[in-house]
Amino acid sequence: MTGPLLELRHLSTHYVSARGTRVTRAVDDVSLVLDQGGTLGIVGESGSGKTTLALSLLRLLPPAARFVSGEILFEGEDLLKKSDREMRRIRGKRIAMILQDPMASLNPLFTIGDQVAEPIRVHEHASRGSAWGRALDLLKAVRIAAPESRVREYPHQLSGGMRQRIVGAIAISCEPRVLIADEPTTSLDLTIQAQYLNLLRDLQRSHNLALIFITHNLGIVAKMCDQVAVMYAGRMVEWGPVKQIYNSPAHPYTQALLESIPRLGDSRKRLTAIDGQPPDPSAPPAGCAFHPRCPKVMDRCRTEAPPEFRVADLQTSRCWLSAPGSR
Amino acid sequence: MKRFVLKRIGLALLSLFLLSLTIFFLIRITGDPAVLLAEPGASKADLDAIRTQFGLDRPLWVQYWSFITHALRGDFGQSFYYRTDVFELYMSRLPASLLLAAAAMAFSLLLGIPTGIIAAVRVNKWWDSAGKMFALLGLSMPSFWVGLIMILFFSVYLGWLPSSGSGTILHLVMPSIALGWVFAAYNMRLTRSSMLEVLGSEYVKLARLKGLPEALVIGKHAFKNALIPVITLAGINLVIMVNTAIVVETVFAWPGVGRLLFEGISFRDFPVVQANILMAGTMIVVTNLLVDILYAFIDPRIRFER
Repeated sequence: MTGPLLELRHLSTHYVSARGTRVTRAVDDVSLVLDQGGTLGIVGESGSGKTTLALSLLRLLPPAARFVSGEILFEGEDLLKKSDREMRRIRGKRIAMILQDPMASLNPLFTIGDQVAEPIRVHEHASRGSAWGRALDLLKAVRIAAPESRVREYPHQLSGGMRQRIVGAIAISCEPRVLIADEPTTSLDLTIQAQYLNLLRDLQRSHNLALIFITHNLGIVAKMCDQVAVMYAGRMVEWGPVKQIYNSPAHPYTQALLESIPRLGDSRKRLTAIDGQPPDPSAPPAGCAFHPRCPKVMDRCRTEAPPEFRVADLQTSRCWLSAPGSR
Repeated sequence: MKRFVLKRIGLALLSLFLLSLTIFFLIRITGDPAVLLAEPGASKADLDAIRTQFGLDRPLWVQYWSFITHALRGDFGQSFYYRTDVFELYMSRLPASLLLAAAAMAFSLLLGIPTGIIAAVRVNKWWDSAGKMFALLGLSMPSFWVGLIMILFFSVYLGWLPSSGSGTILHLVMPSIALGWVFAAYNMRLTRSSMLEVLGSEYVKLARLKGLPEALVIGKHAFKNALIPVITLAGINLVIMVNTAIVVETVFAWPGVGRLLFEGISFRDFPVVQANILMAGTMIVVTNLLVDILYAFIDPRIRFER
């Protein structure tokens, strides 16, 4: 296969209220590329459109959502043109996703084995016995102790960390090409977070997965990802290789985000916070959505929304400061 | 699980004891049965004789003690009116009532659960509105009125169904609809709201993420979770059915325990009322107990609670 594994071209996903009067541009004109085996971090504040972007890839959006424009090319084919039945064969099988809350994402009424074996039975039409055998191997792969007894247990009998690893096992059960992890560690405590991230990385290497990591934790992005996309108010304001962006962020929002991380041995007395609140996504400010909070705001920012500018080889930024003439 | 069941049984026995106390004293507030049993204009001596005959002249606590000790052995005394053994009288009427309640329950579940699911899956569409209308009618029309209208329409105008009595399947149709409609409405509304809640849950989202067919998402992952409150309510419904059956049985002259209770209250037939209420209470308590255990059987979180 030539070309990237996954490519978004000018994707816009909007939410329309029941009477059609309020339109929320949850994802607005986002383009990005993900190669096989690559790791992309999507960072941004709550409500910046990260989760909507992820659910768009799987076409599992709430009924109020509308794809307004764009293409989602997966292995060269546009997912927005697939039928529901074709999409079902992709979900869980080609593109898998790990949800945020391990406590709530397992069904309390079915055993672990049943829930891990389920996608294998549905996608590969495996018999119950062979699917359970695979489920057992998957539990071993995600380092669950005593998997033989755990398969017959119910979710409430397991700890949060174990449940999250089970959710991971479900996600990789059919050997997908892309794994989306939506803040998979926010509800876990720190030591377990680290273990889980290592586990995800090992799984990624052993299965040659492309990983999309949705988080608001820039530390995790630095540790896990080779590319990062920064979202603000539905738009991707900056995108590029992690090292490049962490060393020379082009967008003032990215700069502010990086300055708000505490670092060991930091001589500064106070952390810098970003003044103001993120905008109401159904009524964003005119021009650049970040301008009311931007320390480097110019007149042009208040009226005209900046397009995507290429800052360096692989780095893009949606900021007038990055415009060719102004640098 | 064993401790859970034992605890429930203890609570059940306590409720029955309190119920026996309540009904024994409340029924005695309704008045003096001797006045109804004696001929009009009977002398005070005649009335006293009747009271002595039924033991109504003894102090209340002696009467209660006698009632409760006999009841524990299954002896509820003699009916003042029918002059036969109350327990036998009750048991002879019970099958008809159970048949009616079972038919009404089946009607309410078979209609309520599927319509509730469809309404939740097609929320705010045509089906949902039709279901809401049906539920609103069921909830706002009293069962005796539904019964009378059905008799007027199906028996008097069309002549399709018998207006009263029992014996064939046809006799059962109208009483079970009259009794069951409101419960079908409850079941439909509860199934709908419970299903909507479950459909928004993370585990249903995960089921869709797995790429499961929608039939499996709804039929397996959502339905079983949504059913928990409906099953609980079905137990409570049986409780209410026993009570509202009094009205429906009277309208359709259905020979069940509801009508027996109605007669017992009219004639101040204390033993009949006491036995009726206490038996109804026992059934309710046992049903609730079974529902609790069934609930634990469905939901592993309760099953493994220590």
